[in-house]
Amino acid sequence: MANKFTKTFLNGLVNENPTFRLVLGMCPTLAVTTAVSNGLGMGLATTFVLVCSNFVISLIRNFVPSKVRIPAYIVVIATFVTVVQMVLEAFLPALSESLGLFIPLIVVNCIIFARAEAFAAKNDPVSSIADGLGMGLGFTCSLTVLSAVRELIGAGTLLGFPVLGANYPGVLLFVLAPGGYLTLGLTMVAFNAVMGKIDAKRAARQAAAEGSVA
Amino acid sequence: MSTMSVSLSPHVRSDNSTQKIMRNVIFALLPAAVFGVVWFGLSALLTLVLSCASALLAEFLMVKALKRPFSLNDGSALVTGLLLGLTLPAGCPWYVPVLGSVFAICIAKQVFGGLGDNFVNPALAGRAFLLASFPVAMTSYPTSRFMADAVSSATPLSSEFAGSLSYADAFLGLMSGSIGEVCKLALLLGGIYLVIRQIIDWRIPVAYLATLALLTALTGGNALDAVLLGGSMLGAIFMATDYVTSPVSPWGRVVFGIGIGIINFAIRAFGAYPEGVTYAILLMNIASPLIERFTRPKKYGEVKKNA
Repeated sequence: MANKFTKTFLNGLVNENPTFRLVLGMCPTLAVTTAVSNGLGMGLATTFVLVCSNFVISLIRNFVPSKVRIPAYIVVIATFVTVVQMVLEAFLPALSESLGLFIPLIVVNCIIFARAEAFAAKNDPVSSIADGLGMGLGFTCSLTVLSAVRELIGAGTLLGFPVLGANYPGVLLFVLAPGGYLTLGLTMVAFNAVMGKIDAKRAARQAAAEGSVA
Repeated sequence: MSTMSVSLSPHVRSDNSTQKIMRNVIFALLPAAVFGVVWFGLSALLTLVLSCASALLAEFLMVKALKRPFSLNDGSALVTGLLLGLTLPAGCPWYVPVLGSVFAICIAKQVFGGLGDNFVNPALAGRAFLLASFPVAMTSYPTSRFMADAVSSATPLSSEFAGSLSYADAFLGLMSGSIGEVCKLALLLGGIYLVIRQIIDWRIPVAYLATLALLTALTGGNALDAVLLGGSMLGAIFMATDYVTSPVSPWGRVVFGIGIGIINFAIRAFGAYPEGVTYAILLMNIASPLIERFTRPKKYGEVKKNA
């Protein structure tokens, strides 16, 4: 059980990383990763919604007729998004302001839909929590990495602290929309290059192991 | 390589090679570059050297990293670096030409497959990158060391001092602007040389500049100002005629030039930028495969399908 939990969790974090592997949720990824605080905040908000909605949808998966399942998912997801929005407005008004419309838009975030449809609707609640947690944190990590690159190159700061010195001329493009596409593409190249090497190594090891068994 | 390829006639023989074309383009750019260096001083030379050197270095490293055949000797990276440098204001901070060239070569050219596979002109992509990244450094044009009483301005196109500039001065390049765009005479000489050597097609620059002038005149603007002040001449002769990113068919080239003229006019008349040559050419670069498709010349003996 614990093993399965970890496996599902790691699957979302790395192997099926929603940003770099599934290429889901591109709209918030490109839009909010202008500063580390935004990326991190967006990721954590999505993680919360994802874990809760996965859990609830998995609980009700046997009662909801399949014809009305999408509206039912939306009601569940929208409930948690409303909770997140109210909490952010109350306790982190600055973050809530800078994320703006993208918080309510979590309702239609395709990562959440994809996980509800592809995982929570078919699996038990505990695995669904693991999946939500893995996918959510995978999304959070990707957003944090992307926004760190963009904030560092674009403004020379990290989380608002000047890292590259006061004389660093910010490469403004990286905080603008084209910089989002550029950073996403180049980071995805790096991620896939590293993952490809790891996969190849794993496959080689497996082949060797199978060979010795035979 | 012992692969033989069979192709249909006519078999046109030409001694044009990439090296030869690039050598000619560099030769044609020299008058404008030399004038820029004389006019703006050593800071202009430094900017040009930085942009060329970093373009060559970026090409070398990128080709090595991507395991592509050595390509520095074809001269295309040098042309990109030189063209980019000529569109910059003299004496801009060192990282402007360096980052611009690196972006042009690494992102706009090599990531898409190297020379021949880039879908936009690398030098202009580099310039667009710089324009979005360093808007202040990119639009602070210095005055010449020979112009004691002149004011430094954003671009002569947008400032009121354009009125005090005589057309002769603008044509000879006795004005402020980016290194390579000021001397229209030098650009024109280079352009005529390239047309005579059949390196570039006159249709693109002529269609572009004529459209721009006509639209400006029709809307009550000054057609000569539109062509002589700013970078449209440099763009028309050296950027829009890039082989890789412009159509091949003669009518396609006319359409391409007219398109650049219309977009450039629209940006100047309705947009936020006083210049707009860069974006006009980049947008038409993207449209050129489409133009190509609609302006395919008729094959000899071809019959219309629905005749």
